[in-house]
Amino acid sequence: MIDSLGAPQTLFLLGGTSDIALAIARAYARHAPLRVVLAARHTSRRDEAVRSLQALGCAVEALDFDARATQTHADVVTAAANGGDLDISVVAYGVLGDPEQAWTDVPSGVELAEVNYVGPVATGIALGAQIREQGHGVVVALSSVAGERPRRSNFVYGSTKAGFDAFYTGLGEALRGLGGRVLVVRPGFVRSKMTDGLRPAPLAATPDQVAQAVVDAVASGAEQVWVPRTLRAVMSGLRHLPRPVFRRLPI
Amino acid sequence: MTEHPGCGPRRLSGWGRTAPSTAYVREVRDPADIVAAVRGADRRGVLARGLGRSYGDAAQNAGGLVLDMTTLAQVHHVDAATGLVEVDAGVSLDTLMRVLLPFGLWVPVLPGTRQVSVGGAVAADVHGKNHHVAGSFGSHVRSLELVTADGTLHRVDPEHPLFWATVGGMGLTGVIVRATIACRRVESAFLLVDTERAGDLEDLMARLSADDAAYPYSVSWFDSIATGRRLGRAVITRGRNALLEELPPALAARPLDMGARRRATLPAVFPPGLVNRASGRIFNELWFRAAPRLRRGEVQDVTRFFHPLDVVGSWNHVYGPRGLCQYQFVVPFGAEDALREAVGLIASSGHVSCLNVLKRFGPGNAGLLSFPTPGWTLAVDLPVRPGLDRLFAALDALVLEAGGRLYLAKDSRASAGTVARMYPRLEEFRAARARVDPAGVFVSDLARRLSLTDAPIL
Repeated sequence: MIDSLGAPQTLFLLGGTSDIALAIARAYARHAPLRVVLAARHTSRRDEAVRSLQALGCAVEALDFDARATQTHADVVTAAANGGDLDISVVAYGVLGDPEQAWTDVPSGVELAEVNYVGPVATGIALGAQIREQGHGVVVALSSVAGERPRRSNFVYGSTKAGFDAFYTGLGEALRGLGGRVLVVRPGFVRSKMTDGLRPAPLAATPDQVAQAVVDAVASGAEQVWVPRTLRAVMSGLRHLPRPVFRRLPI
Repeated sequence: MTEHPGCGPRRLSGWGRTAPSTAYVREVRDPADIVAAVRGADRRGVLARGLGRSYGDAAQNAGGLVLDMTTLAQVHHVDAATGLVEVDAGVSLDTLMRVLLPFGLWVPVLPGTRQVSVGGAVAADVHGKNHHVAGSFGSHVRSLELVTADGTLHRVDPEHPLFWATVGGMGLTGVIVRATIACRRVESAFLLVDTERAGDLEDLMARLSADDAAYPYSVSWFDSIATGRRLGRAVITRGRNALLEELPPALAARPLDMGARRRATLPAVFPPGLVNRASGRIFNELWFRAAPRLRRGEVQDVTRFFHPLDVVGSWNHVYGPRGLCQYQFVVPFGAEDALREAVGLIASSGHVSCLNVLKRFGPGNAGLLSFPTPGWTLAVDLPVRPGLDRLFAALDALVLEAGGRLYLAKDSRASAGTVARMYPRLEEFRAARARVDPAGVFVSDLARRLSLTDAPIL
């Protein structure tokens, strides 16, 4: 169960080797004993993540998970719930891809769509079923400001995140009366393995900052949060710019 | 959650309005409804709920079935000669008092609100201002009827082991259907009250220790914000039931009249942060100053002395949408240093509490998870704000170190490991529960969070 101050007993990470997912686990593990279920492809990075969380005193289970094998997502969720209710589930997987390849090469574009949107829909449906069964549970959906207004430089990624964002926002509405809550997280540029080698955009955040924002938002009952918070106003402004102006911006 | 015919999913929370969950709620009209519910239980289980006055998640069962017991609320038998009263579990203590007073009978233990059900009072083994002389609610129960996990009805008395697993057992041993309670006789529903102020915590503890035994009812409110020389300054109110001859003529004409019913109910429109450092400081200051320095023999009615908050329905809404946490602990006599440190921690924490109670407990009873043990009990009401977890963690450590414990009916955030160390008879409780409910039919969010029925995985 999640307690009155927002601390979970079980944290379920889908895309469990993402820097943000692991930062969230570390943030919760600081306060109380925690059971963590890591769903990710079986890689040395996952083994390393399991060890690092165990070192913090967490009870860790690892599950094999492939974002594109959508027909297996329900089984992964069920397996994660075997050891206890899923108090907080974090949908953290996604790929950035090569933006130019993504809009010129069919397999590359489709891969982005499958990993960033189709997979999360399957995951969300499975999590929704589990939450209805449990009568409680929080889903933390890691969206992106890139989905708020697509821009020339990475619009395929942006389009997948736009769909992702809309789906999880709607899932939150659907689960409201059934005990569930969905927190949609919209970070800007996050310095992580996913963005390694890219030039940080303005208002860049670290995975730990995103994690802290998630912990605070879960505790306060918020349903959406931008990281950093100022991005909410910035994006609101950008959304309303005329297209000729928007396309000239150096972003 | 599995669909349950005839009832829809409802969001339930405790009085603190934190950590809600959704369950199917079914009104109970007859004990047969309980039997049917228990026999049809799925893996999310069944739980009885009364008036929802426990602060945390004790009366919630996420994804499962919750039995609304307030519709099973008959007073079956009142024996004015022996004082034995047989009532349904869903009867509120308010109703019970109103029924019993014309017989000259008095509910033996009254917690801080009358809006609790008899079943809840047994399950939480509630205590009142007379704990130091009369013990807790369960000590006055002569027998219980409960439906156990196999769907059968049992009548157990204090000789039966299931009785003391059920008293304080938080509803995890079965559904309490009826209770027979031993009530005592009174001449009037009024109280003769002595009020005095204590200048600081030392003064408070000294006054309470000196002559608590002279009063059947004793409690103190302390200022949770004042620090330094005024740390723990307090208002002590103690009293006893007035005799007929002690009442002024106007009251002597209606000696068993209970007085005020609820005057107003607050809507859920209060913004977060209304109870804050500034408003809390003003409240604490005014409350202290409003009390007389010393006044003896004042006649007060039941509501004023026992249940001033009952006048306002849903007062918890004042704490806004994020809700409040109650923190109540007891530390043994001799652990006064821990008590001092706790009061100091709260006062200097930046968190603010208005309803602050300090009281001396008398001996505990045989309830396996019953809260009261001899010592000092302290309760504070804190609005949920960032950083509250750190204050509670520090207090937990103090309480554990002092050999004390937290009150499960008020907890909403402790960890399973902490509670296991505070309740040495938890293993016994788990064993008793495993015998009577091997399949785990009865379950609550509290039980899941604190692993009350199984050893935790961490």
